[in-house]
Amino acid sequence: MGLANRGRELRRENRVNWSSWGDFLAMGGYAFYVWGSYMVTVAMIAIEVLMLARRKRGALARIGRAGAANRSSP
Amino acid sequence: MRESLIASGPIWFRYASPQAFFPLAGTLARWFGAAAAAFCCLGLYLGFFVAPTDHQQGEAYRIIFIHVPAAWMSMFLYLVMAFWAAVGLIFNTRLSGMMASALAPTGALFTFVALWTGSLWGKPTWGTWWVWDARLTSELILLFLYFGFMALQAAIDDPRRADKAGALLALVGAVNIPIIYFSVKWWNTLHQGASVSLTGAPTMAATMFAGMAVMAFGFWFYSIAAALMRVRCIILERERASPWVSQTGVANCAGRIA
Repeated sequence: MGLANRGRELRRENRVNWSSWGDFLAMGGYAFYVWGSYMVTVAMIAIEVLMLARRKRGALARIGRAGAANRSSP
Repeated sequence: MRESLIASGPIWFRYASPQAFFPLAGTLARWFGAAAAAFCCLGLYLGFFVAPTDHQQGEAYRIIFIHVPAAWMSMFLYLVMAFWAAVGLIFNTRLSGMMASALAPTGALFTFVALWTGSLWGKPTWGTWWVWDARLTSELILLFLYFGFMALQAAIDDPRRADKAGALLALVGAVNIPIIYFSVKWWNTLHQGASVSLTGAPTMAATMFAGMAVMAFGFWFYSIAAALMRVRCIILERERASPWVSQTGVANCAGRIA
């Protein structure tokens, strides 16, 4: 009894932050601030990854065009 | 002289050549990207499901899991950028300037994220979106330094000259980093002092700190992956006329896409 039980109790208290999905999304009334932070961060990272992919495609296409031009003109 | 030093030097000099670094950067970017995804998933799990509710701020404090790692990265990436800028100025290596340019947009991204999340955290806890205190103002200056670096480089057509001009700006601007870091000590700021320092134990619950630390590693690995992906684009753009780009597998790959 004693310590072991207390530890289990504490862990159970910590584990259950949210009783439902609605509770999770509500963020204790701070949904706008918390999700506003996380959404914008995720969006910024997604935009950066997409821009990097586009930049690479553009650079490769330019090299491909230059190569084709070189091959067609002797 | 320099060329012979690079050719005969130790192994890391070999990767100072863009040609040798290009495939290595691709491999590293994939691994760091995967590690970043894994660490961010674990960090978000710890942050939302393991770390307890804060007894003062309620759930609003959960912004910390991105705010603090993003703020750390914003400063750290600037120092790394200034380091590569200095290496480029001293050794006149092409790749160093490319690395500095590759880091700037990602650094600006994390600076913006730190400011944005800080604003959304300030409103419910301080009652204001913004205040001109030393910490917030110096972080805003950091964002302008990143923008200034990118704008300056974009304005100069010759990439080697752009690297040199950018490097000077990056090095002079580095003085802002200790100002940001110590601003909460040197001045009276609305922004709180450091919760985590190099010298003492963190003043927060262990699970909260764990979530924050794991997210910091996730952001760090993401930054490495993004910077390596960008440096590959820069190499392709700048070296497109050299034979190793136009006559090798890179061009074959390009042929398939074009």
